Amino acid sequence: MARKRLIQAINDALHEEMARDPKVILFGEDVEISMFGDTAGLHERFGPDRVRNTPISEASLTGMAVGAATSGYRVVLHMMFANFIYTGFDAIANQMAKLRLMTGGQIELPITIVAGYGGGRSTAAQHSDTPYPLLMNLGGLNVAVPATPRDAKGLMKTAIRGRDPTVFLEAGGRGGESGEVPDEEYLTPFGEAAVGREGTDVTIVAIGSMVRPAMRAAKQLDGQGISAEVLDCRTLVPLDEDGILRSVAKTGRLVVVDEARDRCSAASHIAAVVAERGFASLAAPIRRLTVPDTAMPYAPAAEKHLLPNPEKIVVAVSALMAGSAN
Amino acid sequence: MPQDSDRTLPNRVPTNGQLLSMFERMLTIRRFEERLGEDFHAGKLPGGVHLYIGQEAVAVGVCAHLDDRDRITSTHRGHGHFIAKGGDPKPMVAEIYGKRDGICGGMGGSMHVADVSKGILGANGIVAGGIPIAAGAALAAQLDGNGRVVVCFFGDGAANEGVLMESMNIAALWQLPLIFVCEHNGFSEFSPSDTVTAGEIRERARPFGMPAELVDGNDLVAVWRAADTAVDRARTGQGPSFIEAATYRIRGHLEAEAHFLSRSYRSEEEVERWRRNDPIDRLSGHLLSSEICSEAEISAIEAKIGEAVEEAAAFAEASDLPDADRAPALMFAGGPAEAA
Ligand SMILES: Cc1ncc(C[n+]2csc(CCOP(=O)(O)OP(=O)(O)O)c2C)c(N)n1
Repeated sequence: MARKRLIQAINDALHEEMARDPKVILFGEDVEISMFGDTAGLHERFGPDRVRNTPISEASLTGMAVGAATSGYRVVLHMMFANFIYTGFDAIANQMAKLRLMTGGQIELPITIVAGYGGGRSTAAQHSDTPYPLLMNLGGLNVAVPATPRDAKGLMKTAIRGRDPTVFLEAGGRGGESGEVPDEEYLTPFGEAAVGREGTDVTIVAIGSMVRPAMRAAKQLDGQGISAEVLDCRTLVPLDEDGILRSVAKTGRLVVVDEARDRCSAASHIAAVVAERGFASLAAPIRRLTVPDTAMPYAPAAEKHLLPNPEKIVVAVSALMAGSAN
Repeated sequence: MPQDSDRTLPNRVPTNGQLLSMFERMLTIRRFEERLGEDFHAGKLPGGVHLYIGQEAVAVGVCAHLDDRDRITSTHRGHGHFIAKGGDPKPMVAEIYGKRDGICGGMGGSMHVADVSKGILGANGIVAGGIPIAAGAALAAQLDGNGRVVVCFFGDGAANEGVLMESMNIAALWQLPLIFVCEHNGFSEFSPSDTVTAGEIRERARPFGMPAELVDGNDLVAVWRAADTAVDRARTGQGPSFIEAATYRIRGHLEAEAHFLSRSYRSEEEVERWRRNDPIDRLSGHLLSSEICSEAEISAIEAKIGEAVEEAAAFAEASDLPDADRAPALMFAGGPAEAA
């Protein structure tokens, strides 16, 4: 075990996978110098054929990922900030997510799109979006949102070795959380939520950067005599519906914490799944903690005001336990 | 690497045998599409079709230089490219019928006919969607380093999409083995090209340092020769080229248009003028006048193609529909290969 930052763990995964398989190539804007640190050292180690800077041409880069993947390469495409996925969205939505079906299964598209997402650092509205709801809705993409360095490494490896496109969203450009990462080789499976903490009174499902505040809240709630179970989705597609339902069957209560905007958020989907398939186990209404349907403001206080945090989670859970709606 | 100017570019012409086989390919496209047009109007096709009739010399003259390792991307008007690149028209027709034995299992239809084993990465319903895909495939070809090339077919309408500029820049910057083939057929849907396109499209390639050529797209030999040079460049590591082929779309933008357009967007005289410039008639005229083949040989080719069309249509009609619940299973290849 070694303590690492999330970005460092991702960097390790990229080094290991590129060393393991010469068909893995990586491209994107400024990946050689690596703004976030996740692609650091790859260009020096694997050379300009396999790791290269591209022009600022997102609409073409996503299409190129498809073209190279149809020709036997495993493509890692770095999109920098998740907002730039919108600029390159056409080929993601219209080609990548659909080509396998449209060709009757003739092709596999082993593509990993990497991007930093989320707010909290005054990067303002065009550099702080959380676009996974949009990506989840396309149907043909895996969506991975790791919360811990350990899972970031394992999920990245699974994505690269996979046979389908995956969007891998890195929580924040702040180097991410730190945590223990095993020294030995491992893969983290898609579609299995991690239990961050066991509990019996309420299930808190959290996504990516929301896992840490959820864990903090759970600790505080413990002091109030409320036993919260925290589930980290790890992947939103595939989603561990059974794992979530099992936990809710045990606790009878669900709070979902999601950094996406409220309307059609991942939390909305998870709430719908539990309402449809687990209604009988619910002792209280489902509660979603999301970001209001606004663009992200720049000023720190205004931004912080919108994001879920441990205090908001504690208030929501306490209210739920007390039987009031909020 | 030799300098551009030092290298002798090929100055070949097609042999008589090549001309004959290209004639057969063009006629195959024409007769299959005429049948698809009839089938559409007879209500036999679940979706619409965009016919390539009148443009056959472009696909055939270019694809004659390619083999199965080479790749193409195509457009919504993709049947001609599919057949020209060696795709089997029989499962193509079944695909357009929406049948189980279609080349894509009935999941793609006319706008998505693809046969990856033949290097046909697919027709595409997104205008210009194939352009960056071709650039990515060309990057792969360059990394493989075995002389494979990629051709990207697109229309003059597609040339107004921003990805063309992006992909030309990348292709030129990295010297990718990619040939841009713009089929200037006079229309962007129902808008005459000159109402939506400024300047000369091929001129957009030159600032990137890319050789760009205008050819008569209804002259098979002219297309073949331009493509010969461009493919040779790409195969020998000299980077991308741009070909603008001037041609004309004889049929509607799509076969259904007469049902919903309230007025015509072109004159009958204009269409008639281009009918007299038909690429297949021009080629057969040349074949006969140069005594490369006889009327009887042409009739024999016609008869053979006619049989193939009948056979394909019968095959498509007889094929079952795909299972109604087939789609979800086709979205993903499977769980991540080595997970769990
Ligand atoms: C991105 C996108 N925009 C618009 C359309 C609708 N559309 C389909 S074909 C077409 C015209 C394309 O013209 P061109 O590229 O010249 O090809 P042609 O039809 O002439 O073969 C349009 C606008 C589309 N399919 N995709």
